[in-house]
Amino acid sequence: MPILVKRLIAALVIVLLLLAMSQYMSDEGLFGFGVPPYYARVIMLAGINVILAVSLNLITGFTGQFSIGHVGFMAVGAYSSAYLTVYHAQVWERSLAGLVGGNLAHALIFLFAILVGALVAAIAGLIVGIPSLRLRGDYLAIVTLGFAEIIRIVILNIDKVGGATGFTVPGYTNFFWVGGFAIITILIVYNIVHSDIGRALISIREDELAAEAMGINTTRYKVLSFAISSALAGMAGVLFGHYTQFLSTNDFQFIRSFEIIIMIVLGGMGSLTGSVFGAIVITLLPEALRRLPGDLSQYRLVVYSALLILIMLTRPQGLLGTREFGLSWLKRARRQPEGSSTVAGNKGVPIAEQAGPATIDRTKELENR
Amino acid sequence: MDTFVQQLINGLTIGAIYALIALGYTMVYGILRLINFAHGDVYMVGAFVGYGLATMLGFSAGPSLLGLGVVLISSMVICALLGMAIEFFAYRPIRKYARMTTLITAIGVSLLIENTFVAWLGAAPKAFPQLLLEQSYTLFGNAAISKSQILIFVVSVVLMLLLQWIIFRTKVGTAMRAVSFNLNSAKLMGINTNAIISFTFALGSGLAAAGGVLTAQYNPQIDPLMGIITGLKAFVAAVLGGIGNVPGAVLGGLLIGIAETFVVGYGQNVGIPTTFRDAVAFAILILVLLFRPTGLLGSTVQEKV
Repeated sequence: MPILVKRLIAALVIVLLLLAMSQYMSDEGLFGFGVPPYYARVIMLAGINVILAVSLNLITGFTGQFSIGHVGFMAVGAYSSAYLTVYHAQVWERSLAGLVGGNLAHALIFLFAILVGALVAAIAGLIVGIPSLRLRGDYLAIVTLGFAEIIRIVILNIDKVGGATGFTVPGYTNFFWVGGFAIITILIVYNIVHSDIGRALISIREDELAAEAMGINTTRYKVLSFAISSALAGMAGVLFGHYTQFLSTNDFQFIRSFEIIIMIVLGGMGSLTGSVFGAIVITLLPEALRRLPGDLSQYRLVVYSALLILIMLTRPQGLLGTREFGLSWLKRARRQPEGSSTVAGNKGVPIAEQAGPATIDRTKELENR
Repeated sequence: MDTFVQQLINGLTIGAIYALIALGYTMVYGILRLINFAHGDVYMVGAFVGYGLATMLGFSAGPSLLGLGVVLISSMVICALLGMAIEFFAYRPIRKYARMTTLITAIGVSLLIENTFVAWLGAAPKAFPQLLLEQSYTLFGNAAISKSQILIFVVSVVLMLLLQWIIFRTKVGTAMRAVSFNLNSAKLMGINTNAIISFTFALGSGLAAAGGVLTAQYNPQIDPLMGIITGLKAFVAAVLGGIGNVPGAVLGGLLIGIAETFVVGYGQNVGIPTTFRDAVAFAILILVLLFRPTGLLGSTVQEKV
């Protein structure tokens, strides 16, 4: 079966699974099975954090540009889409419902809102990135922080989106959207990283001067990855806003940026699986702290900061470093590396003489990746 | 005209505080090329230590200049020790690591201090005891200058002159300048760089603590999160003046203080709401980094491969 058909079938299966899961996690449940709303909430927040962590990892972990203003783009995405859904969506949905039916109209409007949020966040990313990305690590961090604060203060002063009192927003998000976009985000970042663009980004991280000397237009690639990263953060913002159904600038303060940073630091700053793992752990941490005896939940931020310092002192590359945890790791663990003396089996036998597949099957090669 | 003078006085007051904190940032950056994010929190700790000492030593009963002096000096000493401890436990082990690691660690230390204080003392503001008999003097017509403002000016000028003397007239100061010029060469010259670095942290933290106590006297509400925004603005001041440059930090601090006060004071006529106060410093930062990244008094350094 050709690759395209296989991938379409996989996509269809995933969509059906997501629909089933989102029905399972909603209030009505799936064929009588459901999850308590508390668990559903944690899973949704974890999904949103996965998107945030993976997008931040693109700019910080893979391109090496330390950005601590990520939450600003999340805010831009959230508020711009909220403006749309609150002021215009009802009208559009009604007219669209006449054409395609109520549910599909609902979904299409939300999809449009997400795309708008991502686009506006990407534009914000360009505006912030183009002047800032010429700066070195420490300064870039402060400038991104500054921009995130400015964005937050500006939004705070726009009364049309609620200003200081907050903004009530219709609820569109359910697990289908969060899970779907988490998967899409991971796919996007994975594909970028494992492509020419990704190699350019990694080379910029490793040694920017050398990359420039090799002819890579570092500014272009840095701005590109910054814009993509902001767009994904904007998407997360849209999902977040339409889940909590209430937007307030207090949710988009620096501390949130810091939480995303600790997610990717914990998981490993060049690792996709690491950032997913870090996102899930950091989402679960406050809940775990709540279970412990005594009221330790107020120490949540103390724990985060102590954890961060500890990781930096003992294992700064995080849990997975730049490696990914996946099937290829398991396969590689079985295939002995050449000349490795600590592993039993093919001791010192050169790879060329090891028994290999008789023929190279092209389609199998692609699948093994 | 008197509003102008009034705004100027207020601006210089805040500016003097920013300058004291900015000096710490700039000195540490000068020797270690590290932005000590935790410095703003040392300022906060200074204010709280002052508060603790004032209540413990019984000075909070009534105004007492002696009490203020004791509290100021003791707070400076305690925070100098704190600064040395931060350097020893958090920054020294990672001195050889990548820049991003040190940056993240600095942020971690900053958050640790803030949240430890929040968890310990609660986020609600405390009232710093009035150790100064508050009195307002008039100047140039209708501009008023209060006793605590005069105190801030006097103490900051004294401290800055002291710092200037230390850096340029003592052996330790020469060693500091040597270390900031080239750490390895300084080591080869027989300078105990670890001791010098600790001393620099101690100096900077002492100044920040002084700033904290003075601010607490001027504006008696202190809370554990007061160090974040002030620290960031002081960092902007250090960058504005040219990071690594000591007179630059002072200049930057005063300029940021004046700019902030003027934008808030006169901005209302132009339609800028007062909530933009904090955004002023960040806007200045972005402008400086775009057009003159080395700062007003800094010199361009070529990036060597």
